[in-house]
Order: sequence, then structure tokens, then C-alpha cells
Amino acid sequence: MKHLPLQGLNVLEFSQYLSGPSAGLRLADLGARVIKIERPRGGDACRQLAIKNLWADDSSLLFHTINRNKESFAADLKNEEDLAWIKRLIREADVVTHNFRPGVMEKVGLDYASSQKINPQLIYAEITGYGKAGPWKDKPGQDLLLQSLSGLVYTSGNEADNPVPFGIAIADILSGAHLVQGILAALIRRQKKGVGALIEVSLLESLLDFQFELLTTYYTSRQIPQRSKVSNGHTLLSAPYGIYQTKDSFIAIAMVPLAKLAAALDCSALQDFSQEEAFGRRDEIKNILAGFLVQQSTDFWLSRLQLHDIWVMPVLNWQELKNHPAYKALRMEQELTVNGKTITTTRCPIRINGERLFSDKAAPALGEHTAKIKAELLNQLQ
Amino acid sequence: MNLLDDIVVIDFSQFLSGPSAGLRLADMGARVIKVERRGSGDICRELYVSDVVVEGESTIFHAINRNKESYAADLKDTCDLENIKEILKGADVLLHNFRPGVMERLSLGYESVKKLNPSIVYAEISGYGTEGPWKDLPGQDLLLQSVSGLAWLSNDKNSHPTPMGVAVADIMAGTHVTQGILAALYQRALTGEGALVQISMLESILDFQFEVLTCFYNDGNELPVRSSVNNGHAYIAAPYGIYQTADGFLALAMGNIIVLSGLLGCPELKQFAEPKEWFSRRDEIKTILALHLKTGTTESWLAVLEPADIWCARVLNYEELMKEEGYRVLNMELPVKTSNSLEMITTRCPIRVDGKLLLSSRGAPLLGEHNETIATEFLKPEEVLKNGK
Repeated sequence: MKHLPLQGLNVLEFSQYLSGPSAGLRLADLGARVIKIERPRGGDACRQLAIKNLWADDSSLLFHTINRNKESFAADLKNEEDLAWIKRLIREADVVTHNFRPGVMEKVGLDYASSQKINPQLIYAEITGYGKAGPWKDKPGQDLLLQSLSGLVYTSGNEADNPVPFGIAIADILSGAHLVQGILAALIRRQKKGVGALIEVSLLESLLDFQFELLTTYYTSRQIPQRSKVSNGHTLLSAPYGIYQTKDSFIAIAMVPLAKLAAALDCSALQDFSQEEAFGRRDEIKNILAGFLVQQSTDFWLSRLQLHDIWVMPVLNWQELKNHPAYKALRMEQELTVNGKTITTTRCPIRINGERLFSDKAAPALGEHTAKIKAELLNQLQ
Repeated sequence: MNLLDDIVVIDFSQFLSGPSAGLRLADMGARVIKVERRGSGDICRELYVSDVVVEGESTIFHAINRNKESYAADLKDTCDLENIKEILKGADVLLHNFRPGVMERLSLGYESVKKLNPSIVYAEISGYGTEGPWKDLPGQDLLLQSVSGLAWLSNDKNSHPTPMGVAVADIMAGTHVTQGILAALYQRALTGEGALVQISMLESILDFQFEVLTCFYNDGNELPVRSSVNNGHAYIAAPYGIYQTADGFLALAMGNIIVLSGLLGCPELKQFAEPKEWFSRRDEIKTILALHLKTGTTESWLAVLEPADIWCARVLNYEELMKEEGYRVLNMELPVKTSNSLEMITTRCPIRVDGKLLLSSRGAPLLGEHNETIATEFLKPEEVLKNGK
């Protein structure tokens, strides 16, 4: 794309792991220049965090996934000389992000108040685990722990299951996404009013926001959400909402009036239930459906139900999805070259003016751009 | 001042994906006007869930649509459509989540609207994108979770595919469209140019899986295997997961098995000295751990693990969470009131700006509640006359 929306913006990323760096990745894909500020020894701890023991170079594939399209500046924030360089960078920056525990940036003199003195128009954005006050503020802001404390693990799985966590780091990803929203809105205000901003999000507040429908219902009813016994899809929704086994795989059925479903399936046992009972008696209804749907193949049910405009889809795994023309039409994959090897990853999900946003710039080596960035700063002084 | 003061958003979207974006923009200061069908409005108004209804209206509609205005219109009526076009001339953002082609048929596609208002940011959410064999299928959350592979990531290995129990595809798409809108508004502030921003729920739910999908792309397309015991994440080693204790549940994130063995007094774990085995033999390790943790209370384990800086936590339901000082100190609960005095409690915006919480007490609008004021502000006098109710 010729001109990306955030072109010309400079972001300093003091963040590590996933929450803050996922925000940096989105800003980079939208056109910002994102410079990771990393410890000279080891850098972002995510460099050494591999899943399935997959490595791209000295750093894990996971690190490369989250930190592509960025630069790296190595600095020891406890070293006076390095800190002076960082302060020069802050003077030139539009945005700073960090996800240290409360107090860490204060200790090195890079908290919002100090940074604001260096650069009054700075957008300073931070992610904590639990906010900066209260008894949990110093707890580790780790995704599974946040899911567990926030009630989220009681939303998935069936009633008899233990609490079931989301198998993706949902708290990290949402807090990163919310940080981007706050940063961009603050940049819009700065454009009009010339003022900087402090943007704060926490993993806990982001996860509570994520559950806003469930929480609002709970505040009103004071009833803890109950997962259904059979094919639970959403604690607030009536039968048939859920995933069902068929003769050869699985099928998902979303909201549909029972009478319409009974007619489409030609399932007389469903006709004994009125629509008013679709929530209160959902387990009975879903049990009948489960016994009925398992008798035929997924394709058999799909063609029958789609004919009646019922909201239904097959349950696919990634291999099945990857081979599907609907997936190929998205062109969601992009390639990067690291150390002579090709890595495939996903692109930014946002399209602008009809164009997909691709970037083939791989994640930086630790400190890869330190010298270059110092030279740029010196040039600006002259 | 609010971050998005003076930004006007005309929001044609329904249900959750688009309206959740409208809510975020409203909370950051934008003026969000819902354009709703005359007579019935956003279908979500009628979506009664779990038999919980506040004075005849869905709690969910109120949660999603607080802090907005409502303008009722029949887009198939020529007069109403002309008024909408007039209103769009004064808008900064248009948002919709109709299936591909619907807005174009109403002559409200991007090319037409751009002619009315060249600097508009036009944002749309589809289910599956605007091309390909699924483009006309309904973009519904559970269905997106099911086709995207997501249902194979949560719960134990022998469980059926398990959907996430929150509408994550809707919410991610709403989150991404907000990001796109704001980036485009920022650029517009510099150049004066509008933009088309397009999101699909499928691309959003794939992006949500970017870490594990990248692993799949590069490991020879091996499918994820969920742990057989207390699965927390298909790709993470033991002990990661939630364990039953004598009186509740305990979450354990990444940790050193040998250290845990000592702290928990579980010598059987000592045999797993090789860190690589914490992944390859995680089910064995977790089976031992699961049996052992049942012998003590959650508090007794936390008393040993927390001082040693092990990443662990209790597992709370909503009732337990709300008794915690760690929850109360966030002030996450937001009382709102509608114009007909319906009061309820919902959650506030999760973003803090300049150290302040974003608290708007304005409840969701009645259908068409703001037709008159909007007509006065946006329509020329002769159009106001035509806009009679």
C-alpha cells in the first residue's frame, strides 16, 4: 500500500511477551515505525520462549510472530549513558508503550510524569495485570491466572467439566487491542489540541470488558452463569446453540427457533417443546438433538439445514480450513525471510481502501538497529 | 476534553460486532447515532437471553448500546433514505455490518457515500470477507469459531470441540474495526482524506490465533493436540492448567516442575528432570500433579506457592470475584439510566485516559428517540418538514 495511515509515527516499545508487543505489531502494520527497547542481555524475554521448540534464529518462532515489522534498540535502563540515549529517543517519539509491573518505570525515571517533561505531546501507554492499586497490583499479570480470577473459565465447556480456560492468551490479546484503541484516539486528540496523553489498560479490566454481556446480566439477575450439560455454546443462550457430533465429524448450530429446526430436521421429538422452553429445558432439548444428529453425516445435515436458511456450519480443523477455497480467498498468509529461511505467518486483519496490509519485514535481531538509530539522533542534533 | 470529541459516527450495525465498536467510540467521546429500522430497530432489542429481561428489554441490548442515540428510518423508503444521505454529509464515520451487497443495493455503498462526503471513514464488518464461496453466509459467532479451527484449542483432548463461551469472533471484529476507524481518522486529520476500512469476522478470528497458526504453518501443518489432563493451552508444557483441590480449583501457569515438586511435597515429580519432558510427557506430569493437589485446600497450596513467586491463582466465579478487594478497587461497575428512567448496572470502558475512568451514565436509547434533534441539526428546513413522525 502506498501510504499507510500511521506513516511517520514513532513508537518506542518497552513491552515484552505478548500484550504490549501485540499492540506494537498492529501499530507497525498500520504504518508506524516501532522500535523495541530491549535489555542488552537477552532482550525481550519472549525471544527465549518457544512453543513446540520452534526457533527462527537465536530467537523463537513465537518471538518472530509477534515482533515482525519492528526495529530493536538495545539499552540497559540502569546505565546512565544508555538512559540518556533513551531520553533522546523519547523526545523524538510519538508513543511509548510498556507492560512492566507498577513502579518499575518510576524507578528508572521513565514514568509518565518524567517522560512528559521530556516530551509534553507524548502518548504514554501502559498495560498492567490488575491496575495500579489494590491488593492484586503486584501479582504476575499472566494470562491463565487472569482468566481464572475473572470468572471467564466458567463460560466454556459443559456443566460437569472443571473450569475450562480459553486455549488462546485472550487477556493479553485484548489488553493489547485496547491499548491500540486508546493510543489511536489519543493521537487524534493530539492532532487537534496538541496535547499528549496517558493511556492505561489492565489485563483484568480488559477481560471484564470482554465479559460485559455476561456481567451486565449477572449484575441484574445475581445468578452465576450456568453452562449447559450438553453441547454448551454460550451460558446465556437457548437450545440448540452449540456443537454436535454427527456420524462422521461435528456440526455447529447457532440461534434458530425450535419449530423451524424441528421441521428442517424432520425431528418429531423436538416438537414437544415450545419456544418458551428453549432456555429452561435446553439440556433435554440438546440431548434429543445430540442423539438425532449423530445418525447422519455432517454434509447430510448441512445441506438439509442450509436449505432452510438455518445458521449452521461444519466444525473444521486448520488442515481442513487451509484447503478450503473460502480460506484461500482471504489471502491471510504472508512470508518472511529469517536467516535465509522462509517463515509463514498471518497478516494484519484490517483492510484499508480495499487493500490487504502485508509486510515482509522480519523481527529484528537484538540491538540490530542501535547504531543506526543513534546515528539518526546525532544527525538531528546537527 | 474527551479523546474523540466532535467525531460523529453513523452506525447502521446490529447485534454485537459493529455495535461493540460503536460503544467503544462513544465511550472515548464520539457521538454515535444508531440508524435503526422503524418499528423494530436493532434485532438485538428483541434478543431475550437466559430469561433475564429488564422491564421487557434485553439486558444485552442495554449493555451494548448505552451512550448512543437512535434514529429510526426505513432505508427502503425514498424520503427516509434521502434524509439519511443528508445526515451522512455531516458524519465523520459510517459503520455497518450488513452482508456484502446490502448497502450497495440501498445506494449506500462506499463509492456512493464518498460522493456525498469525500472525507468519510467508511467501515464495514462482514462474516467472511467480500469474496469467496462463504461471502453470503451468515457471520455468526459460534459458526466462525467452528470453521476457524478455534474450537479445537480449548478443553481436554478427549472432549468434543469446545467453543469459547463468549462471542469472541464478534468482539475481536469490533475491536479491529475500531482500530481501523481510528487509524483512518488520524490520517484524515493530517491529509483530509477519508478511507474504506474492512474487517471480516473470519480474518479477525484468524488474527486472534496468530501465534498458534504461525506454529501450524511452520511445523509441517501438524494439528494442535490438547492436553488430556486439565488442558490450558495446546502448545504449553506442564503444569499449565486448572487443577481441582480439596475445596476448589487452582490455576498453575508456566513453572519449573522440579521446583514445584519440592514446594508441593510431591516427590513423584522428581523423575521429570529434563525440561523437554515437561511438554512431551505433560499428561503424565499433570496426572500426578492433579492427584496430589486434591489432597490439600487451595489456600494451603497458595500459601506455599505465592511466596516462592510461582505463577498461580485461585479460580473465582462472578460471586466470589465481586467480594474481592482486587475487583472492587477497579470500579468496573457503571450505573446507567435511560430516558424513561430504566436503571441498570453494566461495565465501564476498560481504557483509562489521563488517569481518569471513562464514565458515562447515559443508558441505551429508545428506538427513534433522537429523530427530532438529529433532524434539526443535520437536515435542511425543507427536509425537517418531510421528516415528520
